[in-house]
Amino acid sequence: MARIRPTKHPMPAQPPEERIKNFDEVTHGYSEDVAVQEALRCLQCKNPRCVEGCPVGIDIPGFILKIREKDFQGAIDILKDKNSLPAICGRVCPQEDQCEKLCIVGIKNEPVAIGRLERFAADWEARHSKAEVKPVEATGPKVAVVGSGPAGLTAAGELIKKGYRVTIFEAFHQPGGVLMYGIPEFRLPKAIVEREIEYLKKLGVDIQLNVVVGRTITLEELLTKEGYEAVFVGTGAGLPYFLNIPGENLNGVYSANEFLTRTNLMRAYQFPKWHTPIHIGKRVAVVGAGNVAMDAARTALRLGAEEVTIVYRRSEAEMPARKEEIEHAREEGVRFKLLTNPVEILGNEKGWVTGLRCIKMELGEPDASGRRRPVPIPGSEFEFPVDVVVVAVGQGPNPLIPRTTPGLETSKWGTIVADETGATSIPGVFAGGDVVTGAATVIKAMGAGKIAAEAIDKYIKSKQKEEK
Amino acid sequence: MNKIIERQDLATSLKKFVVEAPMIARRAQPGQFVMLRVHEQGERIPLTIADFDRERGTITLVAQEVGRTTRLLGRLNEGDYILDLLGPLGEPTAHPEGKNAVCIGGGVGIAPVYPEAKELHQKGYNVTSIIGARTSELLFFEEEMAAVSNELFVATDDGSKGHHGFVTDILQKLIDEGRPIDFVIAVGPIPMMKAVADLTRKYGIKTIVSLNSMMVDGTGMCGGCRVTVGGEVKFTCVDGPSFDAHLLDFDEQMRRLCMYREQEKMSEVDE
Repeated sequence: MARIRPTKHPMPAQPPEERIKNFDEVTHGYSEDVAVQEALRCLQCKNPRCVEGCPVGIDIPGFILKIREKDFQGAIDILKDKNSLPAICGRVCPQEDQCEKLCIVGIKNEPVAIGRLERFAADWEARHSKAEVKPVEATGPKVAVVGSGPAGLTAAGELIKKGYRVTIFEAFHQPGGVLMYGIPEFRLPKAIVEREIEYLKKLGVDIQLNVVVGRTITLEELLTKEGYEAVFVGTGAGLPYFLNIPGENLNGVYSANEFLTRTNLMRAYQFPKWHTPIHIGKRVAVVGAGNVAMDAARTALRLGAEEVTIVYRRSEAEMPARKEEIEHAREEGVRFKLLTNPVEILGNEKGWVTGLRCIKMELGEPDASGRRRPVPIPGSEFEFPVDVVVVAVGQGPNPLIPRTTPGLETSKWGTIVADETGATSIPGVFAGGDVVTGAATVIKAMGAGKIAAEAIDKYIKSKQKEEK
Repeated sequence: MNKIIERQDLATSLKKFVVEAPMIARRAQPGQFVMLRVHEQGERIPLTIADFDRERGTITLVAQEVGRTTRLLGRLNEGDYILDLLGPLGEPTAHPEGKNAVCIGGGVGIAPVYPEAKELHQKGYNVTSIIGARTSELLFFEEEMAAVSNELFVATDDGSKGHHGFVTDILQKLIDEGRPIDFVIAVGPIPMMKAVADLTRKYGIKTIVSLNSMMVDGTGMCGGCRVTVGGEVKFTCVDGPSFDAHLLDFDEQMRRLCMYREQEKMSEVDE
């Protein structure tokens, strides 16, 4: 056997100096030839460890084998058996912490590029598949899904395939949740999300936009007056956290949620053709170092900011963002002020941001998260000029449903308490995704949506038995 | 899509719409608002609900044409549709103790104070209302307000109708006359609400104001509508829009409302 290629086949991408001028997708995806070559790096393990790392348990060696055999339709069929949104997961899953982390090839070399292959198969299908989507004959009981992000879309897809009549309730004027408002176009083209939503609609899923459950209608009403046998709550982590430092309400300070929603969902980057404005700023500071922070920093560059700086209180090793995102940000010219904590946002007499006062940090003993706790260095305060600050230090669960649903148990963090199947303290109410776990990943939310769909099916069937 | 079944021009740039929205009308309460969008590329803006009719399944909106979206809204006629309408949002106004209420509406703020006065009146409160505008042409809902108030006073800045001066002059007079006032609900431009708050603070009269902050989603996600209340940061969309006027940082709110002034000028050019 020929020696295995030690590194993944590189991902073709727009050069950094080009891509910071547009919102088009950064990476282009593998060609058929490269995909087949990369598939050859897979050892086809008898006991594939990669599958253990996948939150939805995709038959990874199976779909890679199909790619190797150039049976691309076969590959997508295997993927779709477990994952209804492969074009999305192939792009935004943190594979390095999941399947690829456990890949045997990865012990001595770079692991197989499982994520890139998943994306390849999904994109191939979008380009080539002529199969008409047939509506499901859904005649079963009614199930409501609250929220149309990754958890809700997955639950809806699974439930309609089981014959339930599914209605999704979405507060925004467009479905997709964080996939539409949060993740930028250059990382996840909105056309891909729209395609997946169209697919669900063709299956027969009913999507009600502009309905905010908890306000327009309550969860209780859905279960009683509206005749839904069960409800799945996938309302995500939409509540932005702020730093609680002086100056945070100055003009020019955004939550990452607001900054990204204005740009992605409301297309402020096409202002004034699209009507929603945004402050671009010459010098932008983004506080935080997760994926959302990287998205915000790279968005600021594309909007036309001259200088964008990530400000993070810990060191490089603790940055929660995916390595790939950090690398992309760096290539594009995002600067990093690490071990630096903002203590005050400075402003002028008109209420606009003019700068950020920070203090230098050093790493002390590990804290509850296992990461070394950052400690301020006395007397190390300094200021630097900025005119826009984006706060990207995390999001909490949206409190609207817990607030308006008596009897729904929540944790001290405001997340909905659910067991491993998604069942909550109210019979017939299931929950999953970020509203249960706190801010996590697209694939984990999808996994939760899928598990909850199974549990809802069981719940309704056992209830029907009892009634007989 | 929600159908406009009635449109009335209250003044040149002031329009009233009655909109079919049974889901919203069913649960709407005074103080709550809606988010709307009227164009495929449009922005989302909040508007306070000016009235609702649960049986007819309608809500009433009053919009002053101050920005691009309100101008586009102003071009819609009976039979047209509002593209996206979400609500009712925000917390209903909580009423302080006591049965003697003064409801003050300034300019377009007369619209959101109307359902407040109406509800209080229905519940048997003693409602004294004061409405004001720059000039008589911009006054509206006079009859409606009179119908839900034990007594109605009118003020105009230019004296073209009622008292020549501000709504606060009338409020001061009521206080001086020793009338019982347990609380005040005031909705209008920030300087008016601030003036009311400054006045009532001196006499320890509980005062509620309603804000029309800038926001994107209206459900607690963007935080663009943040406001400082008693030193704490609150979101107008989910904690408000009604707040204790004596704890509110009006100056900060005023500054935040000016955030996109430059962009608004660009929008005008683009239209």
